[in-house]
Amino acid sequence: MKARTLTIAVLALALAVAPWAGAALAQDKTLFMPLLVYRTGPYAPSGIPLANGGADYLNLLNERDGGLNGVKIVFEECETQYDTKQGVECYERLKSKNPVLVNPYSTGITYQLIPKAPVDKIVVHSMGYGMTASADGRWFPWVFNFPMTYWSQASAFVKYVGQQEGGMDKLKGKKIAHIYHNSPYGKEANPTLEELARRLGFELTLLAVDHPGQEQKATWLQVRRLNPDWIYISGWGVMNQVAVKEAAAHGMKMDRVIGNWWTGTEADVIPAGDAAKGYKSMAFHAAGSNFKVHQEIFKHVYDKGKGAYGTDRSRVGEVLYNRFVINAMLDTEAIRTAMAKFGNKPLTGEQVRWGFENLNLTEKRLDELGMKGLLRPLQVTCENHEGNGVAAVQQWDGKQWKIVSDWIEPMREVVRPKLEAAAVEEGKKLGYTMRDCSKEK
Amino acid sequence: MIYREAGQFKTSYAADQAVFPIVQDRVVVGAFLALAFVLPPALASEYWLQAVLIPFLVYAMATVGLNLLTGYAGQVSLGTGGFMAVGAYAAFKLTTGFPGLSILLVFVLAGVIAALVGIVFGLPSLRIKGFYLAVATLAAQFFLIWLFNKVGWFVNYASSGTITAPPRTVMGFMVTGPEATAAARYVVALGLVVVFGVVAKNLVRGRIGRSWMAIRDRDIAAEIIGVRPLRTKLLAFAISSFYCGIAGSMLVFLFLGSAETQAFDINQSFLVLFMVIIGGLGSILGSFLGAAFIVLTPIFLTNAPHWLGLDISVALQKQIEVMIFGGLIIFFLIVEPHGLARLWQIAKEKLRLWPFPH
Repeated sequence: MKARTLTIAVLALALAVAPWAGAALAQDKTLFMPLLVYRTGPYAPSGIPLANGGADYLNLLNERDGGLNGVKIVFEECETQYDTKQGVECYERLKSKNPVLVNPYSTGITYQLIPKAPVDKIVVHSMGYGMTASADGRWFPWVFNFPMTYWSQASAFVKYVGQQEGGMDKLKGKKIAHIYHNSPYGKEANPTLEELARRLGFELTLLAVDHPGQEQKATWLQVRRLNPDWIYISGWGVMNQVAVKEAAAHGMKMDRVIGNWWTGTEADVIPAGDAAKGYKSMAFHAAGSNFKVHQEIFKHVYDKGKGAYGTDRSRVGEVLYNRFVINAMLDTEAIRTAMAKFGNKPLTGEQVRWGFENLNLTEKRLDELGMKGLLRPLQVTCENHEGNGVAAVQQWDGKQWKIVSDWIEPMREVVRPKLEAAAVEEGKKLGYTMRDCSKEK
Repeated sequence: MIYREAGQFKTSYAADQAVFPIVQDRVVVGAFLALAFVLPPALASEYWLQAVLIPFLVYAMATVGLNLLTGYAGQVSLGTGGFMAVGAYAAFKLTTGFPGLSILLVFVLAGVIAALVGIVFGLPSLRIKGFYLAVATLAAQFFLIWLFNKVGWFVNYASSGTITAPPRTVMGFMVTGPEATAAARYVVALGLVVVFGVVAKNLVRGRIGRSWMAIRDRDIAAEIIGVRPLRTKLLAFAISSFYCGIAGSMLVFLFLGSAETQAFDINQSFLVLFMVIIGGLGSILGSFLGAAFIVLTPIFLTNAPHWLGLDISVALQKQIEVMIFGGLIIFFLIVEPHGLARLWQIAKEKLRLWPFPH
């Protein structure tokens, strides 16, 4: 009887109070950045270094410079578990705090946010992921995916394979397998690979791995039967570790197994031990903590005890850690670009969007930021929201990831026309019209 | 004192058989519904509508559907996610193929298509029962998801395999697509849930519901008194899938805006089954309570540390949330194995005597 009363009371309370959340907290002179993270669940191995890199870089700006040109950055994490519905809940909750941009870090969530971006006036920056078609800024003014799309990345992979084989004409008759996460993310590279297979005459096999990817025995049996010359993997989270382990266990030549840049992190190769040596992945930035920006992070964040990894500095500089450091840098540089035009004050989404569109990251600026050698200079335009990014190939030597190729220019002449056609199709689905970039100032 | 039916005499069969025979119930439910249509769109923030109320309505619809099948007809199903996916993809194909078709009609037709698929996957129920049937319905879940992932036609050959709700209007109001306000989508969702909730309630009170319950309680006895198992069971599967199909199309069109097959994975089937069990098997009200509990409690737990001013990391918070949520489920099942609906019934009985219990 008592228990029942209590139960009823608890339930009533839970139902009544539950959603009184997300009360707007308006503060002047601050800039709010929501961070959608996943520190738990099957994608946590990828999610944790990402989240920590972002937090550390924004803390660095706050601690060292007092924010962005005097405007303090306020950021809040929200756990999505890489789950689309939880991501939407997070986005709606954090939206009340007036963010100007969002980094979804999940292609599924990106697809949710793309239609909302122009309505909510919040820039979506899906850095190297998301919907490829959104790189056409004429159709998707609010979405940015620089430095590169999945399609450009896949074309750079094929180019690299061509270089290794001794010329693009040598690709004819070669067998390439694409092992992908069976989700919008994993499927993104397929149209480009198919197109290139047609043009260059290699034999492409597409093999899907279902979420979350812990079970890949059947896939790799198929791979073994097929005996491909090259393997391209688009995986994420726990799928990556399993794929690398399986590749090694099935006796693949590890230097001919290449992940995309979401499939080449420390967490992916360490569980496979020595067998992972030689495994390669695409990259658009270097790994390691030997850059000036890391020393600054140690000095201003970790020495003050505010580091996201606590006292453990060994994981600073991991591939995905650096990725969100770069992501946070690109976001804040875009905001700085906007501030140069609109003044050093909290900006509106519209103004930040302008900043993204006019971002021009020069070698000199990278040097000032302490990121010389970490990534390549980048310029974004109104038409081209993927910028002029280039890719490289990195290799795991058993201890660390090292860039082993030159910077590879993607096959823009192949990718861009396909991308523009896809943008028309995707844009029309949402009832958009194409804007004229020559009229933008 | 307030809640007393003394003096309320029923003078006709219609009055005796009403859904809410007690005046107070009618008044409260009527007022609640009226307010539900007016208050949230006017007052609630977008977060409330988009992240709390709309998902609640979507899951309530699915839970009512599964409750008809599992709670009333006694057929355990783990195919809910699959049937929801059928509804979602059918609605997508219909509305992109026939853009002129009213979106409300599209929802209903999507439900009909899901019902037909439900009949096919309900066929094994004629031979197998209980846990074995649950395993057989798993086939529906996995097969349907695989199908939508594999065949490009279902997503209009979108390279990402994502379906996106196109903009559609009802009486001049934009109700789907990115431009639709949360309030408009909420009202449509609520309207659908109310209409089909009333239908479900009347269905289970009538001949069909009684034949379902007869099959549930003892199928051989039911067969002897003239209930045809084939028809009854398949009807249960059809109507249940109809509801799940509508819920699936609501999930994509009114809640998420775009979705991939991942949104309908096996976890959805479990989630809806838990809603049915926690809410109360064989109770329409229980379906709503169960959906509310499972949708709202995690949101409450996620937000709780903020109100208390606790600064704990999001990872720890998520883990605590999962633990408390699991604990609460066990707690409720121990305290009241018949679900929240039974709890509500007890509360009502107590209220009748209040404040003078003997």
